[in-house]
Amino acid sequence: MIRIRTFEERVRDLFAAGRLPGFVHLSIGQEAVAAGACCALNPDDYVLSTHRGHGHMIAKGADTARMMAELYGKRTGSCKGKGGSMHIADASVGVLGANGVVAGGLTVAAGVGLSIRQRRSGQVCLCFFGDGAANRGPVHEALNLAVIWKLPVVFLCENNGWASTTPHRYACAVGDVAARASGYGLQGIVVDGMDAAAVHDAVAGAVASARAGGGPAFIEAKVVRWQGHYEGDPQGYRDKSEVDAGKHRDPIRRLGAALVASGALRDGDAAAFFDAARGEIDRAVAFGESSPLPSADEALDDLFARQV
Amino acid sequence: MRKLTMAEALREALFEEMARDSSVFVIGEDLRAAAPFGITKGLAERFGEDRVLDTPISEAALIGASLGAAITGLRPVADMHFADFVTCAMDEVVNQIAKVRYMFGGQVDVPLVLRMPTGSVRGAAAHHSQSLEAWFTHTPGLRVVFPSTPADAKGLLKTCIRGLDPVMFFEHKRLYKVPGEVPDEEKLLPLGRADVKRAGADVTIVATGWMVHQALEAADRLIQDGVSTEVLDPRCLVPFDKAALFESVAKTHRVVIVEEAAKTGGFGAQIAAWLAEELFDELDAPIQRVASKDVPIPFSPPMEEFVIPNVGDVVAAVRRLC
Repeated sequence: MIRIRTFEERVRDLFAAGRLPGFVHLSIGQEAVAAGACCALNPDDYVLSTHRGHGHMIAKGADTARMMAELYGKRTGSCKGKGGSMHIADASVGVLGANGVVAGGLTVAAGVGLSIRQRRSGQVCLCFFGDGAANRGPVHEALNLAVIWKLPVVFLCENNGWASTTPHRYACAVGDVAARASGYGLQGIVVDGMDAAAVHDAVAGAVASARAGGGPAFIEAKVVRWQGHYEGDPQGYRDKSEVDAGKHRDPIRRLGAALVASGALRDGDAAAFFDAARGEIDRAVAFGESSPLPSADEALDDLFARQV
Repeated sequence: MRKLTMAEALREALFEEMARDSSVFVIGEDLRAAAPFGITKGLAERFGEDRVLDTPISEAALIGASLGAAITGLRPVADMHFADFVTCAMDEVVNQIAKVRYMFGGQVDVPLVLRMPTGSVRGAAAHHSQSLEAWFTHTPGLRVVFPSTPADAKGLLKTCIRGLDPVMFFEHKRLYKVPGEVPDEEKLLPLGRADVKRAGADVTIVATGWMVHQALEAADRLIQDGVSTEVLDPRCLVPFDKAALFESVAKTHRVVIVEEAAKTGGFGAQIAAWLAEELFDELDAPIQRVASKDVPIPFSPPMEEFVIPNVGDVVAAVRRLC
């Protein structure tokens, strides 16, 4: 969580300083979902992510230097500079892509689950999506298919209350997206997405069940988006008090306090973790800054396989 | 040589590739019942229902799931039922399937074939008759294949199933029952090679799918008047065999491009553009295009026949040149 926070705060600052092209969507404040969920996975399990996906990548084990280089549009980036923040992927750690299309990943996740079942590989696919995505048709198709085929897919809705600038309370017919799960014969589980332990417990249970052949699960994690929809979003559409309240529920401080209370950590350990993360992200930024840009004609590579 | 219909040839290709590689499977609607065109008949009995996956009527899910399977070690052959229904999965095809390899910097292969039963079948009307192949040529990252004979269909489908790229594989519905010679032995056809279906000297007709057969019939009529017609079938639109096109037109110096798709923005326009850009000096007459009129395909037979090109239209276009 601290690595995600540190990475994204640096991305926020670099973007504001004009160092990064394109758009970035940050998950600052939502780190408990990425970290809590991905901690429940094995290294060879799969993740489908979203446009707000840096945290998912880091939590699943992606290299932050190559990620940062990707955000810089450098040749050394995770996707050689072709994807950027919204289409970042690292198949080597099982992240099959962020997605520039809201709800674009759910049907793909069903297929990954199908592949796992066909190959009898014992893996699991974790599919992140947002409350905005919940209102798109492919969610319905993917959930139904995953259930009738009992696919090992955990659908995890990060409900931050905002689809870009449109509030969930306006756009969704039900308060809890998870209420829809019953329409697919699933138990919709709602967790506090600002509580990493709660997220982890819910996802670990769902993953264990999916891995054992119990089929898919539907979890909704309620979170607060601290930043705008995108960096630079003036956020005239929402009250600052919502973010302030969210900051009082900082998932990192909350987990740190719980760990100190339980004796797992001592006071001051968190500071050391932040120091380590700063060092790592300093190196990632240096790598991104110093890496070469792609040559223009590399734009023509990677469209098709070389064979045939 | 033995004769098979295109439906039989396609079925043979599926049987052979599924027997050869256990990662190949078919996915779509009504495949076990082999409805409505019979292509997948017998596959479930031979290979089991796990490899012949009937889906709900959920085009986005079945196409998106094919992608998920393709990037994690399997080789799906998805069935669009009717090519028209791809509109219900355009995000999956255009934004996801076509782009994942590129967006991710080549990290994943996408060995996925999407079979697209295409074109008119008499009275199927606006939602079951469209010719949409040009859309996908306009989406970089997709192979677009469109055979016109059973042998080509079998050889190309086998190649596509063994490849590492996504393929939109168009099969004209009127050709499913048309027989043609198919070799007994395995014969894979490379992508991007056109085929001269009939050699001629005076004019080149470039045609795809069912229109190849209209062009051949037109050539039979034209030769009676002494006009020698070459019929060139590109077989693949992406990659396209420009060398074969240019070789033929450089020989005949006249060209008629025939397609069943609506004329405006049809792939024939791209072929015409290549000729105008790169082979202008070889042309002795204006490029002619024959295509459907720019309306949805109507239901009633006289209107449908009026909208879709026929042999007479092709002959008339050649007559404007020769």
